Amino acid sequence: MPLEVELVSPEEVVLTATASMVVVRTTDGDIAFQPGHVPFVGVLLPERVRIYGDEGEDGDTQLIAVHSGFVEVAHDKVAILSDVAELAGDIDVDRANSAAERARATLADDPDDEEAAAALKRAEVRLAVAAGTAI
Amino acid sequence: MPGGEERILRRRISSVQSTKKITRAMELIAATRVVKAQQRAHAARPYATRMTSVIEDLAAAGAATEHALLRQSDEIRKVGYVIITSDRGLAGPYNSSVIRAAEREIMAGTREGRDYSLILVGRKGRDYFKFRNYRIDASFEGMSDTPRYDDARRLSTEVSGRFTSGDVDQVILVYMEFISLGSQRVAVRRFLPLATIEEIAALGGGSAEARAAFEFEPSPAGVLEVLLPRYVESRLFSALLDAAASEHANRQRAMKAATDNAEELIVKLTRMMNRARQDAITTEIMEIVGGAEALRNAG
Repeated sequence: MPLEVELVSPEEVVLTATASMVVVRTTDGDIAFQPGHVPFVGVLLPERVRIYGDEGEDGDTQLIAVHSGFVEVAHDKVAILSDVAELAGDIDVDRANSAAERARATLADDPDDEEAAAALKRAEVRLAVAAGTAI
Repeated sequence: MPGGEERILRRRISSVQSTKKITRAMELIAATRVVKAQQRAHAARPYATRMTSVIEDLAAAGAATEHALLRQSDEIRKVGYVIITSDRGLAGPYNSSVIRAAEREIMAGTREGRDYSLILVGRKGRDYFKFRNYRIDASFEGMSDTPRYDDARRLSTEVSGRFTSGDVDQVILVYMEFISLGSQRVAVRRFLPLATIEEIAALGGGSAEARAAFEFEPSPAGVLEVLLPRYVESRLFSALLDAAASEHANRQRAMKAATDNAEELIVKLTRMMNRARQDAITTEIMEIVGGAEALRNAG
């Protein structure tokens, strides 16, 4: 039985899909969910979420940019709750590029600026999703 | 040649007619906005539901209930009021009823010796309380019409900040709840401290036995730490969405009433104008007949 994946942002349900495997990054590292996974709740870090299609791993893999949030897994249902969840098509590459540059400039002046570091990470995740590069 | 009275009435009719066109347009715009606002509120529901479900999981796992947002004060000295009004008027009793309910609440608190702190959303509320020399601690504009999640986050940072820093011991939320297109009512709710997570979980309606044993990463307390601020945001967001839908529904109703009144007024004025014209004609005929009569008598 495939996994039912639901990607929910505060404003709407971004995506519902069935998948053979979902990979997310939580505070403790990457974790993959396959059907029959034990019930799980985790805190997400800004990173790509990979959803492997129903037809095995070579099937259509979807990449989604997720900026923090939660993942709840129970009874073969994966719910990803995220403040910001963007599909590759929704990403404004120019904006992400300029955001990355701005963040790098700020970091060059002050390497300890956490906000800039977080902004850079978000921009990088966006760009990676837009470019379709897997982890 | 129309008489003076008739000309004045004609001018008034055309003025009422153009007003009617405006109110009619506003009514139609508000009607589409209500539908959109309702859809947005509907689209936002899964997130809130999921959020509650995670809290249920945490409650089932017996997560520690120590969190700044759950802090219950023994003595309430200062109450924060979050009052959601609109930026624009012409929405019938929408703003005034929210403001009245809020002011009553503030008065009641003050009588019991509680200080107040005002966090206002919407220009109308700000104007009202500013005019009456209330102390306003924060006010937000430009978010009441179509609230974005970012707006809720900004509001939440302000509200939670005041609560967790101990500035206020309780936060009360006053806004207009959207029940249906035909009915909205003012809601005055205790917002912070949040109910205990067991209480929130009970709202979800899921029974604890149905919950499997969950694994938590990093830990139940760690998840709670990240989750509760987002839960606050999502609650505020849904209040903002509700308020927006109510605002548009109220505006639609007010504008419909205005359009109906304008129509009535036009009928009345047209009747008056016709009578005035008839009077003028009658007078003219009388004058001609009188004149002719006088000429014949003279001849």
